[in-house]
Amino acid sequence: MTQVSITLNGRTVAADVPARTSLADFIRDHQALTGTHLGCEHGVCGACTILIDGKPSRSCITLAAAADGSEVRTIEGFDDDPLMGVLRRWMNEKHGVQCGFCTPGMMIMARDIVARLPDADRSRIRLELTGNLCRCTGYVGIVDAIEAALKERRTAR
Amino acid sequence: MKPVAFDYKRPASLDEALALIKGNDGSTKLLAGGQSLGPMLNLRMVQPTLIVDVARLKELVGVAETKDGVTVGAAVRHAAIEDGEVPDVANGLLRRVAGGIAYRAVRNRGTIGGSLSHADPAGDWAPVMMALDAVVVARGGAGARDIPAGRFVQGPLATALEADEIAQSVRIPRLSPDAKWGQVKLCRKPGEFAESLAVVVIDRKRRAIRAVVTSPRHAPTYLAGTAQLIDGLKGWSADAEQKIKDAVAADLKASKLVGDDPYRLQIHRVTVARAVREALS
Repeated sequence: MTQVSITLNGRTVAADVPARTSLADFIRDHQALTGTHLGCEHGVCGACTILIDGKPSRSCITLAAAADGSEVRTIEGFDDDPLMGVLRRWMNEKHGVQCGFCTPGMMIMARDIVARLPDADRSRIRLELTGNLCRCTGYVGIVDAIEAALKERRTAR
Repeated sequence: MKPVAFDYKRPASLDEALALIKGNDGSTKLLAGGQSLGPMLNLRMVQPTLIVDVARLKELVGVAETKDGVTVGAAVRHAAIEDGEVPDVANGLLRRVAGGIAYRAVRNRGTIGGSLSHADPAGDWAPVMMALDAVVVARGGAGARDIPAGRFVQGPLATALEADEIAQSVRIPRLSPDAKWGQVKLCRKPGEFAESLAVVVIDRKRRAIRAVVTSPRHAPTYLAGTAQLIDGLKGWSADAEQKIKDAVAADLKASKLVGDDPYRLQIHRVTVARAVREALS
């Protein structure tokens, strides 16, 4: 067993878990936050993407023990986040959500793209999203939503 | 899709880490970013009894620039190189390569030393470090030793590191200001393992002309005859392209890495030719 202590969506949580526990399983099974989805469990599909110390990371291939002491933010941790609010509105407007399975990872990546690459064009958005799979193949709506959010922020600045 | 049970230790110093892997029979695995080891653990392709997490060791995260080049700590993450936090002594090649590794969420955790030590044949850093004549600094119980990148990767998932050694840093020589490079990855989708990955460096001032190619099927390899041909090229032309493709085919035939597979041969010929074209443009 390994002692893991992280800040999860602003709250300090600690638990003794088997060393092999992934950060995703720690979040879902030990902390009962099931917004983080597990698709492929080998780092390909992007559904489990969360923020570790502010940076998008795959929680399925990161050991909980390796994240010990980190600040972790999951899809449940963005209720009051202004940028996520903008993205939520555009995802709704542009029909970016179909079955919803990929959506938590897509939202985390979308927010990272908008914050990190304020001048990204459509092809750059698509390139940055290649690590997140949507099995509904609803990419057009998702790319539209990110593009609209970027345009809105460019107009505002 | 869950790993086998194992113990986990996060030593506080490199010496402590070396003590933990002393006499390692292969059942102890080092963990840095975990972006290759993580999937292999989940798929149970690797079943260690102990994981030693070296990602935070201060001896492994430093970056030091000199007039001759830069020494990059093994646990420096790809995203830090992509974002220009590491001086790009290779005239932009390091940033290009870092930014093309898998996906941003992977680059945020994956490390340069981890990628080299894991030695996946489709890994991005090994062929680049070979083309740049970089040196891997390995630390073992007996001290440090230099391993030239050209001798570091010995085959798919096999390196010159002993089981009780840790890659501490990579020493990357500085290219001449007018040195050129080309790097071409052939993937069906960006971020995938490349079917063929070619790196060409033309540094005439340092008399260093290198062409390296790799794929998921074999370790990265120098193309010596191709490099010699590139040295004599005045510029890009249809004739030059054909000569390069012929030279690649001849080098690969001699290396016996690709066999007679016409598809493998063809994609390597194309990526190397495109990399030369990029370097010459």
